[in-house]
Amino acid sequence: MWKPGKPEERTPVAPAAPAPQWTNTAPPTPKETRPVETSRFNEPRTEMAHIGKSVIIKGELSGSEDLYLDGEVEGTIELRDNSLTVGPNGRVRANTHAKDVVVHGKVNGNLRADRVELKKSALVTGDIITQRVVIEDGAFFKGGIDIQREQAKEAPKAEARPVVAPVSASAAVGVGSTPGVQGSLIEAKKL
Amino acid sequence: MGPVSFFQKLFGGGAQKPPETVQPSGARINRRSSGLKEFFRNLEGQEGLSVLDLGATSATNIAWLTNRGHALYTEDVLTSAWDSALQITGEDGKPTLDVVRFMAENMRFQGRSFDAVLCWDVADYLPEALVKPVVEKMCSVMKPGGTLLAFFHTRDAGPDAPYYRYHLAGNEMLQLQATTKGGGPQFRLQRVFNNRHIENLFREFASLKFFLARDNVREVIVVR
Repeated sequence: MWKPGKPEERTPVAPAAPAPQWTNTAPPTPKETRPVETSRFNEPRTEMAHIGKSVIIKGELSGSEDLYLDGEVEGTIELRDNSLTVGPNGRVRANTHAKDVVVHGKVNGNLRADRVELKKSALVTGDIITQRVVIEDGAFFKGGIDIQREQAKEAPKAEARPVVAPVSASAAVGVGSTPGVQGSLIEAKKL
Repeated sequence: MGPVSFFQKLFGGGAQKPPETVQPSGARINRRSSGLKEFFRNLEGQEGLSVLDLGATSATNIAWLTNRGHALYTEDVLTSAWDSALQITGEDGKPTLDVVRFMAENMRFQGRSFDAVLCWDVADYLPEALVKPVVEKMCSVMKPGGTLLAFFHTRDAGPDAPYYRYHLAGNEMLQLQATTKGGGPQFRLQRVFNNRHIENLFREFASLKFFLARDNVREVIVVR
């Protein structure tokens, strides 16, 4: 019988046999059926280029406007001064360099951006090099994270280096992880 | 015999479930951790360390570690381990797990080696066939003197012990977020290790240190 209220009184059992095992009855991880926020993506997007879900691009993708990508890209993506949004149907097999990257879909490759945001439906395998990263609970991420400090763009003083809290958890992750609360957990380093 | 009935028989089980299972999904539980305290004590005064987090992806952990000047590599091993694509039919006709494929596609750190590993309680939830290969891989990618923090359930935890996303909240404080309900993947406890099993599991390492917690979890600090 469980005795949840008095764990300290239990007598430890030292099994002589190998550790008992059980089969995992939980359903296999449905990687391809992760929940996505579809309603937001049905809205017309007039302020950015849009690559639909039936489009497949192989090679180098570059541009000077924001891009919403719901199709497939294999190669490289260069949007250094603009943002890239990988939609829920988006499939990227490329190293990406953009100003901001928001991922709802699947990315295989390295992401380099000032800010990277992985939504809960995101599946990202690769390294992230960024100044700020936001990861929602439920997002799958496999790779290294290199947080780079922001450059003092407007204040060229040699010693004026900003103190930043570069990583913030999404507000969706709950208590203790909203950006404001997150800040209290982080000791900003002074250089 | 199903896993639940097995546990009920093993522990003289009744219908009562451990209190952890009633925690709502998304809520975080604060939990003090002596093992974590020891883990950070080992890292004290060092910057630019390379840390591997094998638990469920946590932005909090990324923030915590990178703000202390450490590089972080994160890989949600369990999500990959229970991927249905890894299930194959064995020579005996029974479904089995493609260990070779798993190791070929996961835990590939591209030449990285790590000063510290946050293993959490991953070993308790891994498919049996993967436990040894994963621990061997961890050993091979850790630097000599590197520190690993692992949690192991005791028998009292029961088969319905929730799988947690562990968030760093202090040098000796964790926040536990159950992923047994709601949006996150669900994993069931596969086994319990006793101390001897744990020692055998990490026999290639230099030393182990056990911390027994009150919540049916043993915390282990392993030094490579």
